[in-house]
Amino acid sequence: MIEVKNVTKTYVTGAGSFDALKGVSFTIRDGEFVAIMGPSGSGKSTLMHILGALDTPTSGAYVLDGKDASTLSEDELADIRREHIGFVFQAFNLLPRASALRNVTLPLVYKQIPKEEREKIATAALKSAGLDEQYFHHLSNQLSGGQIQRVAIARALVNQPSLILADEPTGNLDTHTGLIVLETFRKLNRDEKRTIILITHEPDVAQHADRIIFIRDGKIESDKAVWLSLTCSKKHFLRFPVIRCARV
Amino acid sequence: MVSIGQGSQASIQSSIQSIGANLIQVQPGSQRSFGGVATQRGSAKSLTTEDAQAIANDISVAQAVAPEVSSRYQVAAKGTNTNTSIVGTTSSYTQVRNVQVAEGSFVTDQQNTSVAKVAVLGSTVSTDLFGEGVSPVGQTIRINGSQFTVVGTTVAKGGNSFSSQDDMIFIPLSTAQRYFSGDQYVTSISVQATSEKTVDELETEITNLLLSRHHLDAASADFSILNQADIIATASSVTETFTTLLAAVAGISLVVGGIGIMNMMLTSVTERTKEIGLRKAIGAKRKEIEQQFLAESIMLTLAGGIIGIALGLGISYVVSALGIVSTSVSWSSVLLAFGVSAAIGIVFGYYPARRAAGLNPIVALRYE
Repeated sequence: MIEVKNVTKTYVTGAGSFDALKGVSFTIRDGEFVAIMGPSGSGKSTLMHILGALDTPTSGAYVLDGKDASTLSEDELADIRREHIGFVFQAFNLLPRASALRNVTLPLVYKQIPKEEREKIATAALKSAGLDEQYFHHLSNQLSGGQIQRVAIARALVNQPSLILADEPTGNLDTHTGLIVLETFRKLNRDEKRTIILITHEPDVAQHADRIIFIRDGKIESDKAVWLSLTCSKKHFLRFPVIRCARV
Repeated sequence: MVSIGQGSQASIQSSIQSIGANLIQVQPGSQRSFGGVATQRGSAKSLTTEDAQAIANDISVAQAVAPEVSSRYQVAAKGTNTNTSIVGTTSSYTQVRNVQVAEGSFVTDQQNTSVAKVAVLGSTVSTDLFGEGVSPVGQTIRINGSQFTVVGTTVAKGGNSFSSQDDMIFIPLSTAQRYFSGDQYVTSISVQATSEKTVDELETEITNLLLSRHHLDAASADFSILNQADIIATASSVTETFTTLLAAVAGISLVVGGIGIMNMMLTSVTERTKEIGLRKAIGAKRKEIEQQFLAESIMLTLAGGIIGIALGLGISYVVSALGIVSTSVSWSSVLLAFGVSAAIGIVFGYYPARRAAGLNPIVALRYE
């Protein structure tokens, strides 16, 4: 359960102060698949940083699993990230000189889990993310785009987070690979009941979620459920953001 | 570097020790004319064979006494000649000055009594006159025109001092006094104390005995005493300064190397900004990032330390083997090198590690 209550974020720069978020409130229940959408400069990145416990709001509360993360110190935020949040980054951000397996064990290192157990857990996570076992010991810069994405998802899942936060996960991918990534998120949400928040600025990506929160100028402009349509045509997309094509 | 310093200290001490242990040397004082003009110390004729005899008989802590008369003369053998030190002395010389006989025998008391014209050659002299590996025992040489029979040679001691015991010819004291100096005086008396502890006592007793024998008071003493312990102390302090200097040079290069390490680590932190951002995003705390980079810099410097120690051992070995300077590698200097390289890693890795730990994860993740 994620509660965002009247969150504001003000950046103070040399030229004055700038309100990136101006009072945002919403609740995301466990097992929801939500897309947060907005054009660049809308405040969605700031919101993502707060949801990901990378930053704290200027005012308001951010409650994750009953714990208020809005007033924590840097190291306490690190604890929250380690225990509750799995990140999938736009560029996936794997360590290039480390094997696929080692990349996945990385979050467990900071959980002080012994090496053998780490590798057992990581192997299981990589298998469930669908990476062929022959690639486990390949360096991550020798893997293909699709394989890298599987490793990144395995890494996000390996510490059993209550929230998976994906920041523009399809941003650097071609349409086909992008669809595979989105399909993987859908499966995780449907089969494992994981809470997934997708940050994007593309309407066709956002439509893969069950609910779309649209942000503009630091405020929520709309917060709607997505309905399935059985007939897929261009005009459905024009009636954005309420209808998703069922074929996908 | 420290090993070279310690090695030369050890070699200087052992070469001083090889002259003879617990040694005191009595030399005549300088002769003063009535006008008060002093001549060279040791040039006066004030010590006699009887003085040496008295020291041997009256002082209990004097273990062995060797009076000597030395002077340089031209020495000739069949077709060759050289100019060397002729030392007239007694049989105790071998004990006092730590001389070992290689072949034949040293000057005996009997030869001294009978004023025999026999000579014992130092190894250098032997080579100069008779060539390498040729036994001179039984051969005849002419010293300053007088004929002498070679009865022995001494073992080479090495050392490069300008009064090497290898470049000497030993003859009986009485012979030297009769044929060369023509009087009863000696040029120095070497006295060995019974132990290291009695050296100072010996020095006092010799002073008192000689003053009373010469009917003099302390202010007008006509002899001087050289204590070997003083020489060793002086030489040690010189080599200690030398070692300190070498250590200072090593220290400066450590600081320069440390700055190099810091530069490398800062480059590494910048290069891996994205990795640091990622590690923080998946839950690494400040301290964990700091420890990682500190450990990396320590590993780097320790690896450098191990290579350095190996190189140092190699160079010390080569330098010793080639006979340039004798070196000694002590455990303490190896441990020091290890400790210092780890310390350099900590000191110069700390700032880069702090920088890495202080990065904002949001900014670091965006870094290109």
